Amino acid sequence: MIRLTVNDKEYSLDVEPDTPLLWVLREQLSLTGTKYGCGKAQCGACTVQVDGIALRSCVFPIAAASGKKITTIEGLERSGKLHKIQRAWIEADAPQCGYCQSGMIMATVALLETTPSPSDADIDDQITNICRCGTFQEVRQAIHLAAADQD
Amino acid sequence: MKAEVKISRRVFLARSALACSGLAIGVAIPTAANATETGNIRSDEVNAWVVVRSDDTVLIRIARSEMGQGTLTGLAQLVAEELECDWSKIVTEFPTPGESAKRGRPWGAFGTFGSHGIRDSHEYVRKGGAIARELLVLAAAKRLRVHRGDCRANNGVIIHAPSGRRFRYGEVAEEAARLAQDIQPKEFNFDSLVLKSPADWKIIGKPLKRLDTGDKVNGKQVYGADVRLPDMLNASVRRCPVFGGRLKSYRSANVLQQRGIEKVVTIGDDAIAVVADTWWRANKALDNLDIQWDEGPNATQTSDAVDAMLREGLSSEDAVVGNRNGDPERMFDNTEQMLEAVYAYPHQTQAPMEPMNATVFYDGHRCEAWVPTQDGEKAFQEVVRASELPPAQCEVHKLIIGGGFGRRGHYDDDFLSQAVQIARQVPGRPVKLLWSREEDMTHSRYHPVMHCKLQAAISNQGQLQGLRMRLCGQSILAGARPQLYARFNHKDPFVFQGLNRGGDASIGYGIPSLLIDYVMRNSHVPPGFWRGVNINQNALFLECFMDELAEAAGKDPYRFRREHMHEHPNHRAVLDAVADRIGWDQSAPEDRYRGLAQAHAYGSYVAAACELSVSEGNRVKIHRIVAATDCGYAVNPAQIRRQVSGSFVFGLSALFMQACTVKGGRIEQHNFDTYPSMRMAQTPEVETIIMESRADTWGGVGEPTIAVAAPAVLNALYRATGKRYRDFPLSKHGLLLV
Ligand code: FES
Ligand code: FES
Repeated sequence: MIRLTVNDKEYSLDVEPDTPLLWVLREQLSLTGTKYGCGKAQCGACTVQVDGIALRSCVFPIAAASGKKITTIEGLERSGKLHKIQRAWIEADAPQCGYCQSGMIMATVALLETTPSPSDADIDDQITNICRCGTFQEVRQAIHLAAADQD
Repeated sequence: MKAEVKISRRVFLARSALACSGLAIGVAIPTAANATETGNIRSDEVNAWVVVRSDDTVLIRIARSEMGQGTLTGLAQLVAEELECDWSKIVTEFPTPGESAKRGRPWGAFGTFGSHGIRDSHEYVRKGGAIARELLVLAAAKRLRVHRGDCRANNGVIIHAPSGRRFRYGEVAEEAARLAQDIQPKEFNFDSLVLKSPADWKIIGKPLKRLDTGDKVNGKQVYGADVRLPDMLNASVRRCPVFGGRLKSYRSANVLQQRGIEKVVTIGDDAIAVVADTWWRANKALDNLDIQWDEGPNATQTSDAVDAMLREGLSSEDAVVGNRNGDPERMFDNTEQMLEAVYAYPHQTQAPMEPMNATVFYDGHRCEAWVPTQDGEKAFQEVVRASELPPAQCEVHKLIIGGGFGRRGHYDDDFLSQAVQIARQVPGRPVKLLWSREEDMTHSRYHPVMHCKLQAAISNQGQLQGLRMRLCGQSILAGARPQLYARFNHKDPFVFQGLNRGGDASIGYGIPSLLIDYVMRNSHVPPGFWRGVNINQNALFLECFMDELAEAAGKDPYRFRREHMHEHPNHRAVLDAVADRIGWDQSAPEDRYRGLAQAHAYGSYVAAACELSVSEGNRVKIHRIVAATDCGYAVNPAQIRRQVSGSFVFGLSALFMQACTVKGGRIEQHNFDTYPSMRMAQTPEVETIIMESRADTWGGVGEPTIAVAAPAVLNALYRATGKRYRDFPLSKHGLLLV
């Protein structure tokens, strides 16, 4: 049995210890907002927070998540209110197909926690996710909008 | 404002009924009994396009696919414009292909490729909205017993002008729907409906936000990869990595002992799948099957061998002519200066972020598929074919797509056909087939390889006297659409995209003697449509060579182009626009170099100019891109800008870092580590210029701009480095995009 907390809910799960966190979220907990894009820590579509740090969940074995607090895209909303990053994303009309965007948003959560007012260079350094639709221009704008939101 | 893009009521029910344990709670899978002969017409359906609910919510049906390009929003704008409804009350849904078949195709074509989403359907879609509006107004007039002519519709309300009485759309929707059933053609002639003049548009042409964003920022959007049905199984597949090879043997005994594994099934003679309770278990088990392949006749193929075959074709006699004028055979007879260059374009894959997938339920009586597809109707035909059931017992549910780029146009013998074949081996339980990224890159339908030999004659005055372009490479039509190819008498006209004399993809230069021809040489790698299709390589060949010619003529590349564009004012206008914006006539900032390019495809004229610098000999930084698009009517300028800037990410990823190379008959790149894609730091800011609308023209925007990304950058790169790169990607020459 592996115990962990996901979006403030506690779970104990009986799964093979090498199962990546991504597939536990998607297949055991029905949290499909976290996406599979490569399975090799290349694309960032599977980004979640583990104890406040952004990680690519496709290569993070569930055994290593034992006892940890995990936040996924579904856990950003607080009492029915969107997270300011989500609001900024809507304001910037950032997603195209949208498939990479959960990962982009989760990577941004981590960025703003360490760097509340990131420069373009900070964004370049820390947002390394792939977006095949090419939404980087709008994503960059959304990150600046979110940083400016004092809420 | 929220896009209510339903997969189907059943999936939503299933989704909301799912407990966190991942156990599905029983929700009935629909059977043929749920469907009626006439389809499912609801009482508040004003017509096929428009449903108005009593709370005034307007549901607009969108037949084309949404894969990120914004077509769903653009088409809704077209309907809403004529419907005169309140934009804030709009939701959308995809009609199903099965419903379309039952009703006699009221929504026209579903296929979404070739940037056709809007340009082919704008008229009947607007008519759909206009008819619905007329029915609503008529219903209100009837209720009031007044003349229709005294009533008008505005923002979701019908007003009887003389009395000032009004009805909301939701109040008369059911009456309008009934009216639609009994109305006599002579009472109201729908064909004579006049569409609004562009000068009166209030919704078309506005930079409105997308309708489908809400669920894409909170994880709720259900993509094909996320579909969960009650009692569903998961499958992962492996097909012989060598195209044309076969499955020889495998051992399943051990795997079947493993936790969660349901079944090991073969598909045709070349693929094997594991079916399990979870995809992770299914996919992992594939590695333990000890699969042996009979790699077949292509096992020794290499990219070098393919290239050699294409090089031979550059001087072969069996060419098809695409464009010619003047006297190209004699153009070099008295010429002062002759120039020749050979370019080569590699195989590439689309690699949309959402890997290929389809979920299928089959029970011997009914076959139903949930599939992210760019062509719902072709997907429906495939389900009918592969299930061997009558069409009335089949259905396809389209989903919002996590990227298409041509990969999800229909191809025979592809992931959907595999999914149906798997489902038939686990009857009574839905099964979701999800390809791993490795399977996606190993079994794509690839951008065709193409070589091009260009030869030109230049006069003493530096004028282009003649141009010959010999294309040699793979035909997408022959490989992916054999029936259509046969109908074109075994000549693929689409290889000349952007090089035609006229039409919606024409060459932008007047040249006294011209010959553009094509020799088909097909490799064993299956070709497919790749965002932009053939304009990508054609624009690269021509626009880079134009720069080479300008240099030979001792002229500025922009001026040199213009001298040959007198008869092509639309091509010239976009080129002028980018040259002007980037400041072509002023010198570039220190250590920065500029290049430009133009093209015409999908009915739109596009151009790009860029500014870059090169450090340490190989580190390329793009500082600025200016892009101009003339697509005729600009339905939604905000979304056009996004398509244009995204096009540079797609096009420059391809130019700098992407090739699918063949060794041992198989594709060598399996994931984003060896097939990279541009990231934030490498992406330049794109300034987009949308040209003033040309009347009565509807051009595409999802694809054309990609074609000018590469040549504009290559031309700047030459100025920066003094080197002409003629084969790709640039990473093979040691160049890095930083
Ligand atoms: S799926 Fe995890 S990084 Fe791509
Ligand atoms: S929005 Fe489509 S991959 Fe990023």
